Amino acid sequence: MYDRKELESIRERERRWNQERVKEWLKKRPERAESFRTLSGIEVKRLYTPLDIEDLDYSEDIGFPGEYPFTRGIHATMYRGRLWTFRQFSGFGTAEETNERFKYLLAHGETGLSVAFDYPTLYGYDTDHPMAKGEFGKCGVAVSSLEDMEILFKDIPVDKITTSMTINGPAAIIWAMYIAAAEKRGIPKESLGGTIQNDILKEYIAQKSYIFPPEPSMRLIVDTIEYGMKYVPKWNTISISGYHIREAGATAVQELAFTLADGFEYVKAAISRGLDIDKFAPRLSFFFNAHNNFFEEIAKFRAARRLWARGMKELGAKKERSLWMRFHTQTAGCSLTAQQPEINVIRVTLQALAAVLGGTQSLHTNSLDEALALPSEKAVRIALRTQQIIAYESGVTDTVDPLGGSYYVEWLTERMEEEAQRYFDRIEELGGVIPAIEKGFFQREIAESAYRYQQEVERGERVIVGVNRYVMDEEIDIPILRVDEEGERRQIERLRRLKERRDSSKVRESLSRLKRAAEGDENLMPYILDCVKSYATLGETTDVLREVFGVYKEPIIF
Amino acid sequence: MERKIRVLVAKPGLDGHDRGAKVVARALRDAGMEVIYTGLHQTPEMIVETAIQEDAHVIGLSALSGAHFPLFPEVVRLLKERGVDDILVIGGGIIPPEDIPKLKAAGVDEVFGPGTPLNEIVEYIRRNVKR
Repeated sequence: MYDRKELESIRERERRWNQERVKEWLKKRPERAESFRTLSGIEVKRLYTPLDIEDLDYSEDIGFPGEYPFTRGIHATMYRGRLWTFRQFSGFGTAEETNERFKYLLAHGETGLSVAFDYPTLYGYDTDHPMAKGEFGKCGVAVSSLEDMEILFKDIPVDKITTSMTINGPAAIIWAMYIAAAEKRGIPKESLGGTIQNDILKEYIAQKSYIFPPEPSMRLIVDTIEYGMKYVPKWNTISISGYHIREAGATAVQELAFTLADGFEYVKAAISRGLDIDKFAPRLSFFFNAHNNFFEEIAKFRAARRLWARGMKELGAKKERSLWMRFHTQTAGCSLTAQQPEINVIRVTLQALAAVLGGTQSLHTNSLDEALALPSEKAVRIALRTQQIIAYESGVTDTVDPLGGSYYVEWLTERMEEEAQRYFDRIEELGGVIPAIEKGFFQREIAESAYRYQQEVERGERVIVGVNRYVMDEEIDIPILRVDEEGERRQIERLRRLKERRDSSKVRESLSRLKRAAEGDENLMPYILDCVKSYATLGETTDVLREVFGVYKEPIIF
Repeated sequence: MERKIRVLVAKPGLDGHDRGAKVVARALRDAGMEVIYTGLHQTPEMIVETAIQEDAHVIGLSALSGAHFPLFPEVVRLLKERGVDDILVIGGGIIPPEDIPKLKAAGVDEVFGPGTPLNEIVEYIRRNVKR
């Protein structure tokens, strides 16, 4: 990027600076630590200069926003044109309560919806299943049938607003319910925009809400990709997620590498179904974490875009849109502290700023009380306001990729890319993502990182304000959201009445047609749509697939 | 020679957040205890059964989904029902402060929230193990 002669003169200046200035200075003022490292353990130098990025080629490696390799952003004008989507992940209790929360958030300036489902729903159980005991509505909203989905989106203009749904094992069924609920209101599926997470690989790796074994799970995912491409063209049929990998304890490098490895795995699976990469790739989306180490996070996002664009080109993508890595970001839940919860607002601000400087398309900011419970209304409003302050007051949105060209950020971006590449090679050696999961590779890597991080905190090498430094003895006094216990009874009652009311022969027929199709190799989406439209429940529909596909049992590693 | 303390680390309910349980399991093992980790998706019945089978001295329950009620007290109740009164039952996870006294009243011996130093858990177990 620089003239050879100029580089030589900088090299000479740097040598002198080190030997004279720095050496003298250190005699009087030693540094605070022997070495400084990012959360991934990458050693950070005292200073970065053009010498650290001398091998980078501006046009090839950094380039222009909206142009390959998209290091500086996928759009030419980024936030000068359109801001990211303010999208707060939310859900608790019954569909009615969550519908209220959605309306509250929209009224306060949220621009996209994001649904959190409760655990039974994530595992394809209805609220009345024995395994659902104690879990109703706690971690999200319970959706056991099309009826619940209709209530959840009542009076919300789903043809105008996009909805993201964090659902994986039973993603096809929940998506079918969303489509069916919209169609019942006269909204055609072609006009629906949104995302289903539908990323099973990271479930095996980290989040653990899997149902079926890898092979049938991958089939279901490719079914949704194919169906979406043909009939729901504005829908992102997958959100390839590093978020949960990171939350489970991975480093930024591991998050980057494992997520992209998963992404390429889905692309290969869809290609081997015979789908045209340029038809489906534009609907693949991503989801990352934004953790504490500010510059490392920014470098991660920039490296992710470049790696994805290069990898997709290698896999045969021709259209520019197929090379875009579009991603949602959520600030790091695991970085929040139960101690002095108010100060989490500052952590979230820094993390959100990193996401914005990293060029995110959509953002969730965590609430200050989330190390204690699901967020209260006030806490979630402050979180949303945090995004609005960054967007409208800070000025960071006025120019594209303001950190582009920073010696440190460009160096770190390249380092992240190299480190990720090393992981790709190791995964390849293990035979690919699924064999690596079965061998416990990712799980072990993540558990190691989680433990190492915790030990660093214990030894005080990593300072967590309020936890291992500036500790206060305090009464925690913030309002806590409580899920109405009565909701569970009402939900079970609603389910009972639905089962009485619906045409049970229709339900039986649609379920047995699904079973036959699952035993064969047709695309299951049309069959699943028939089931949900007949008001077969989530549990009933999932059970049919459980019967045909079996269930996954994970290797125990700690 | 002193007998090793046997700890069953368990994940009741459907919650898949196992980072904390695994980190604690590792720390207890590094502290010289014998650790059995149940894996995910355990019912209180399964946990109590395993604890008895494995002759555990301690059950460590982890829940981040908010389902600590009713799952933690249910483990305590089932232990009583089986006539077991010498297993120390501790828990941790995302637990609102106001729930901690309620869990203790229901028979959970101690609750450790986020940010608890690992050696605090180790020391607590060493001091309070019942046999």
